[in-house]
Amino acid sequence: MLSEEQIQRYSRHIILKEVGGKGQRKLLDGRVLIIGAGGLGAPIALYLAAAGVGTIGIADADDVDLSNLQRQVIHFTPDIGKPKVESAREKMVAINPDVKVITFQEWISAANITGIIADYDFIIDGTDNFAAKFLINDACVLAGKPYSHGGILQFDGQTITIKPKESACYRCIFPQPPPKDAIPTCSQAGVIGVLPGVLGTIQATEAIKFLLGKGDLLTDRLLTYNALRMRFREVPLKRKSTCPVCGDNPTITEVKDELDAMTVCDLKG
Amino acid sequence: MQLTVNGKPAVIEGRESLNITSMLDELQVKDSLYVTVELNGDILDRPTFDSTIVKDGDTVEFLYFMGGGR
Repeated sequence: MLSEEQIQRYSRHIILKEVGGKGQRKLLDGRVLIIGAGGLGAPIALYLAAAGVGTIGIADADDVDLSNLQRQVIHFTPDIGKPKVESAREKMVAINPDVKVITFQEWISAANITGIIADYDFIIDGTDNFAAKFLINDACVLAGKPYSHGGILQFDGQTITIKPKESACYRCIFPQPPPKDAIPTCSQAGVIGVLPGVLGTIQATEAIKFLLGKGDLLTDRLLTYNALRMRFREVPLKRKSTCPVCGDNPTITEVKDELDAMTVCDLKG
Repeated sequence: MQLTVNGKPAVIEGRESLNITSMLDELQVKDSLYVTVELNGDILDRPTFDSTIVKDGDTVEFLYFMGGGR
């Protein structure tokens, strides 16, 4: 049952026929894990908290830095030096005290990821390095957890939702990470501050639709966005029988750290 | 020959067909060592880039790594 206050808080959801009181209850009972409390993670965390997703996990080992504030809108100037997950948690519960925020102030790795994702219905990748992106894909595929992939660079972004063994996964597109330092990172190449807002909001939408069980998820389609040309494109994809993790004869059967994809800054955080 | 590349028409002059490796050269595709190539809806395995032939009218998508997020 929703309380009077909840009926008022979520009234704009409840009047949607796709949500209603029942859908709002599903959101309140939902459990979503956000990996990365940065550019993508910021709008995801804010919107999921506002929407009343009942349990939100957020994982990041980093502290807030001045250079984050141009885009990571969940962190404020007085938060500099504070753990990002703590800064994020404060804003999320300030928006919506209904929400239980579980923080993981650690980097995800092969050693901890399977245990962390186990308690969640839907996972969102808001990380900034290939080692983490491939690890999240492998862990989610192996555990059968649906998740949203997101990647950004400069003025470009891409996102896709993965339903393990049903729709194309990240390794169906990219079988292995690029060699380290082959592809620049946002800290090397820059990123326009609003870009993660656009992509992260799409990822949060996918989590909400998944919990509601409504609409069509962004599966078997890679959505690409270019902010300079203001263009969205969809590239249709199919699962690949030769995929190393979700294919017919997988070579990856347990999670492992992609050490070759880690850069020095990933390792130190 | 005319192709549709990432949703836009692209012309490669003086060729009726060519393999993926040559197409990447002709179109001066950036990060060609790491790009994923989808031909008519199928993602190609990199080891088949020399043996896979692109023909007039084919649809090609280049998918690039994007590693940022924080």
